[in-house]
Amino acid sequence: MEHELFSRGPSPAVRLTFFCLLSLLLLVSDAHYNYLKTLRAGIATAIYPLQRAAMIPGEVAGAIGRYTRTQDELVLENAALKSRTLQDSEKLLRYQALQQENIHLRQLFDAKSRVSPPSVMAEILYDERDPFSRKVVVDKGTQAHIAAGSAVIDNQGVIGQVLQVYPLFSEVSLITDKDHPTPVEILRNGLRAIVFGFGSSNLLDLRYMSQNTDIKVGDMLVTSGIDGTFPAGLPVATVLSVDKNPVYAFSRIICKPIAGVNRYRQVLILASTSPPPPPLPDKPEEKQAPKGNRK
Amino acid sequence: MEIGPKQEILLPVKPRFIAFSLLSGFLLNLLPMGGLLDALRPDFTAMILLYWCIHQPLRIGIGAAWLFGILMDVADGALFGEHALAYSLMAFIALALRRRMSMLQIGHQFTHVTLILLVMQAVVVLTGLVAKNIFVGWTYFLGSVTAGLLWPLLSYLLKLPQRPKPDPDRI
Repeated sequence: MEHELFSRGPSPAVRLTFFCLLSLLLLVSDAHYNYLKTLRAGIATAIYPLQRAAMIPGEVAGAIGRYTRTQDELVLENAALKSRTLQDSEKLLRYQALQQENIHLRQLFDAKSRVSPPSVMAEILYDERDPFSRKVVVDKGTQAHIAAGSAVIDNQGVIGQVLQVYPLFSEVSLITDKDHPTPVEILRNGLRAIVFGFGSSNLLDLRYMSQNTDIKVGDMLVTSGIDGTFPAGLPVATVLSVDKNPVYAFSRIICKPIAGVNRYRQVLILASTSPPPPPLPDKPEEKQAPKGNRK
Repeated sequence: MEIGPKQEILLPVKPRFIAFSLLSGFLLNLLPMGGLLDALRPDFTAMILLYWCIHQPLRIGIGAAWLFGILMDVADGALFGEHALAYSLMAFIALALRRRMSMLQIGHQFTHVTLILLVMQAVVVLTGLVAKNIFVGWTYFLGSVTAGLLWPLLSYLLKLPQRPKPDPDRI
């Protein structure tokens, strides 16, 4: 070790060891415990102005792009939108009739009518740069009464779920995030299942479906609503491929999300209204063993 | 025989300029980009930290690198300590190699900077692999190559305010 004329505090090696240990401590406590939530929220709120500032160039470019669009493009888009509205209004009329019929039938059966939960419109600010996860940040937080766990949808289907809420913004974990589970049912036959995100690609994985399951390419998956997070009946994905390889216990089913999971900027956050499901009984095996619990 | 870049006598760095450059680097990291640009985007915060670790080791060292790592972790929604660990290691390597780094020619600077940043990114990837069991794919490392290519430009820009003003009395 060289002798220094002026003291400069601890040597780089000592400092490195100190900061490495500190980082490891933070890593472990952040991965396994919840101690650091307030600290994270504080830092996140402090750097929020910077994050908004970083978005200004993109917004300016977008504004210039919008300003310089030709009238031809606008006329074409207008025509396309009008025809789309016509098609949709026809579907909407049928839907309203069906809804009325449904309410009537439910009253007949004395079932609880499903209320549509209140929703808040939000805008996606940016994708998070963390390569390990698929998350987006939206511009509504606790000030807009957003709660963690709320479902996030766009005009076509489910996008994801609110993961963390900060005062001014919140983090949304997309359904394509690795191992993000979404409880679904197959629209055609009501079969319940859970679909997981792949993480790396913009696709979903329908796991734990046995070889003889009745599922076909093109089947539509909608939320089943049994988790208490997503309201029932929202479109989630369509089946892209079914690979029934007898070597494996389960078939390999790949699905494609219906919603524009990484396309649109405006999303709707639904407040979860249904109470959380009751806790599971302590020993479910003993009661259900003779029946053979097939789901 | 010339062994290094042209030696210049520079004015002392203003601490305010260091803070400003680090903050702008952080802002560049937050800039939303899509597609190919995002894959090629270098980690600007890491580059500017690396530059100041080499040229101003008394002001910017492992502690500052760790602090910016924590900020990056929050901004990215990563686990606390992922970038902090990688940045502090990068600062340590920079402090160890700084005497030869400041003497190197541009071509050698490219390899050194790229390799140091690759080590830094490898630490981030490894922590992700251990903590969350996810591998991000090889394109993630392209950012370090871009960083190496942009290094001469960055060092030119960060040196500008320290260049002495031309003497009006000299012919």
